[in-house]
Amino acid sequence: MPAPLLEVRGLKTYFTLWGGVVKALDGIDLTLGVGEIMGIVGESGGGKSVTAFSIMRLIDPPGRIEAGKILFEGEDLLSKSEAEMRKMRGRAISMVFQDPMTALNPLHTIKDQIDEALRLHTGMNERERGERILSLLHEVGIPNPEERLSSYPHQFSGGMLQRVVIAIALAAGPRLIIADEPTTALDVTVQAQILSLMEATVRERGAALILITHDLAVAAGMADKIAVMYCGRVVEAGTADSVIRSPAHPYTRGLLNSMPSAAQTKGRLAQIPGVVPSLLDLPPGCAFAPRCELACDACGAGVPAMVQVEPGHEAACFALNGGGNI
Amino acid sequence: MLIYLVQRFLQTIAVLVAVSVIVFFVMSFTGDPVMMIVPPDATAEQIEAARHELGLDRPLPVQYIVFMDNLLHGDMGRSYLFRQPVVKLITERVKATLEMVMLAVLLSLAVAIPAGVYAAAAPDSRLSRALMGGSLFGISLPSFWVGILLIFVFAVEWGLLPSSGRGKTVAGWSFLTRDGLAHLIMPSVTLALGTLAMLTRLVRAQMREVLRQDYIRFARAKGVSPSGLLFSHALKNALIPVITVFGLQVGNLIAFATVTETIFAWPGMGKLLIDAINTSDRPIIVAYLMIVAVIFVGINFVIDVAYTLIDPRIDLR
Amino acid sequence: MSEFLFRFSRDKGAVFGFAVIALFALLAPIGPYFVSQNPYDLGSLDLANAYKPPAWLADGDAAFPLGTDEQGRDMLSGIVYGTRISLFIGLCVTLFSCALGTIVGLWAGCAGGRVDSVLMRIVDVQLSFPAMLVALFIMSAFGRGLWKLIAALTLVGWVMYARTVRGAVLAEKGREYVEAARLIGLPPILLALRHILPNVATPLIVIATVQVGNVILTEATLSYLGVGVPVTEPSLGLLVKNGYDVLFSGIWWVSVLPGSFIMLLVFGINLLGDFLRDELNPRLK
Repeated sequence: MPAPLLEVRGLKTYFTLWGGVVKALDGIDLTLGVGEIMGIVGESGGGKSVTAFSIMRLIDPPGRIEAGKILFEGEDLLSKSEAEMRKMRGRAISMVFQDPMTALNPLHTIKDQIDEALRLHTGMNERERGERILSLLHEVGIPNPEERLSSYPHQFSGGMLQRVVIAIALAAGPRLIIADEPTTALDVTVQAQILSLMEATVRERGAALILITHDLAVAAGMADKIAVMYCGRVVEAGTADSVIRSPAHPYTRGLLNSMPSAAQTKGRLAQIPGVVPSLLDLPPGCAFAPRCELACDACGAGVPAMVQVEPGHEAACFALNGGGNI
Repeated sequence: MLIYLVQRFLQTIAVLVAVSVIVFFVMSFTGDPVMMIVPPDATAEQIEAARHELGLDRPLPVQYIVFMDNLLHGDMGRSYLFRQPVVKLITERVKATLEMVMLAVLLSLAVAIPAGVYAAAAPDSRLSRALMGGSLFGISLPSFWVGILLIFVFAVEWGLLPSSGRGKTVAGWSFLTRDGLAHLIMPSVTLALGTLAMLTRLVRAQMREVLRQDYIRFARAKGVSPSGLLFSHALKNALIPVITVFGLQVGNLIAFATVTETIFAWPGMGKLLIDAINTSDRPIIVAYLMIVAVIFVGINFVIDVAYTLIDPRIDLR
Repeated sequence: MSEFLFRFSRDKGAVFGFAVIALFALLAPIGPYFVSQNPYDLGSLDLANAYKPPAWLADGDAAFPLGTDEQGRDMLSGIVYGTRISLFIGLCVTLFSCALGTIVGLWAGCAGGRVDSVLMRIVDVQLSFPAMLVALFIMSAFGRGLWKLIAALTLVGWVMYARTVRGAVLAEKGREYVEAARLIGLPPILLALRHILPNVATPLIVIATVQVGNVILTEATLSYLGVGVPVTEPSLGLLVKNGYDVLFSGIWWVSVLPGSFIMLLVFGINLLGDFLRDELNPRLK
């Protein structure tokens, strides 16, 4: 088995706020191979975006990465200096943001914003960069790219802007792209287009993709692997097939049951009772216990460890067969 | 674009007409200017004759029309005190005010932009805190008092800088000679201080607002360096709202030039106005207000147009 | 509320500002009972005491802690009385312009249409002219006087309130309960008073706090220029003007000291205003 592209081990990111310490990430593990697509799924507040920004080392005070390792191609990103990290951002790892309407600088032309990534990360001269910009825009499906170069973001639709953002993310040929809810802010009609564009471009280039989404169906549709997050922890992770076919964690099952496709067979859309608890006031033990129909005494006593469900598929729940450390 | 310019221009004219009406009618209710120009022992006939000569015996609306007609022909009457055309008196002094205000503008921009950017970029540093405290102090200072302090320290105690007048001028400008420049320093610094402090705070507030935006985060995710973030990504965005306030501030500087010119006996149009107010020299007051109104409205016009040119989001039908 | 107090106690600037304001607020009503003379009672002045430097200087006299002016008037007494006038003007103008601005804002917001656009046009035009100059114009037309000055500064100061209140009215106008109330026949102005004023109270407090300081500065400047308060009621600004002539003979305290009181008072107000603005602005939290 080749060395993974990205290995996150025991990553903890805390935010020290007025009311106390928010453990936005409380020891998460993730493994991603070269060219793989991983979906990170969960409700908002689960720590998906914090995971993305932690990997990019873009956590601002009052937030802080407290512990853990982020191994990218074998090197720990957390031991790199800020200057070294800056060379990684956009070049080795790049990001696609949730809302393309706010992610682009309103006062810079489309061309300048793509060009900036090329200037920072490639040794190309101006003519080469100009050609690359056109081919990138062509690749992400912007019609008549020559005419759109000197346009400003407000002259584009949301879907077109997200294509531009993807072009910027692709510009320097990164090995990993992190997309944080890339279609949430877009019209439903263009969501599928953007997702298939992302899948096609990363597959073609052999880049890996972390797709953060609250929509399990989206992850199921294009990811190789799925990690389910709840309240700052990964509660289930494995190959997409295995997680969808035999979800082991009650939270994952809840997410699956609340998908419209599942409802068609059962007749009625299920929902997970209760709400995501405040990260300032997490229940002891398993954070999902208050909403879980399987909860027992053990769930309030300790945090369940990940146990193997099948080869390449783990979940953290005391109710699992051979239940870990009960 | 052209339609916008024309519309905006017509608005400007309307504002000026409104200002002229207000200034003219309000001023005509104040005192009796005839008493200013006739000798104290004048007879009733002499007073009537003077009144007739000035056209003050006609109905107010007629007086206004005559006033506007003269104004459009570049005639704003004669000063009661100087017995000279007001336009000449003011234009002689425009350069003095202009160079003081311009230097104050440059000073405040040269300090406020770097200071504001720094205070926004490193909000928790000691220097930033000092800058913010200092700028709050700066906007609390009465400018006439600052002028007095400067005069006392630099002119009276240390004898380093001259305390009044313009010094040697070349073609009507003080800043072209060493002596003139020495005379110019204290008035300009006094004038600039409040604006400088206010703009520092504004630049910082706008920068902080912009630095919170998503596109700054996205630029960081692209690998842009901190200085690149500040100067290539944030500054222009932050300065767009500052431009509007800056236009107002230039107007404010012209208004406060009256104070600075009075303290430093700087022979500009502001001092002329204050002297005119104290001697009830009505034509000068009216002319000054009209000229300054034109300047303000002109600045606003330029700022508005500049705004539309700088910000690509503003699409003119 | 307790969190507000906690943050306040942690903010040294705000505490200092509050202390300064409290000191001045105390000084104005009871100060006259503590100072040695009534500076406007010409009988109590003795020309032999003219131009005494402050007590801490070589020729100082303990009877005149801050020195005396050209008429032998105790500077401390003059400053205490001047502070009363400056504060009185600052508070009156703020109160009146807040009331006037609120009424105009409510009127524009409730009436809408033509009335609204005309009123807001006036606000815009006035805001495009520097407040100092408009006040200077009004004062030059009407002449010196305490109440004339208060009227002039009120005419200059109401616009920000009008704008804020109108904005709040417009924001509230679309709400369902306003529609519902209209259906049952409640006049819009009643609604505005009941529901909108509480909403704009916070921004109005911030504007008003800062305005007290600004008014005191503008008043001082106008009085310094000789178009503000009359000589019989000298505010701090006029005291500075009176001391200007002797500055060149090295007699600095007659002008510098009253000015430093203006500065201290306005700085205190601005410190508190700055804290309030940060604290009451939900966007910054």
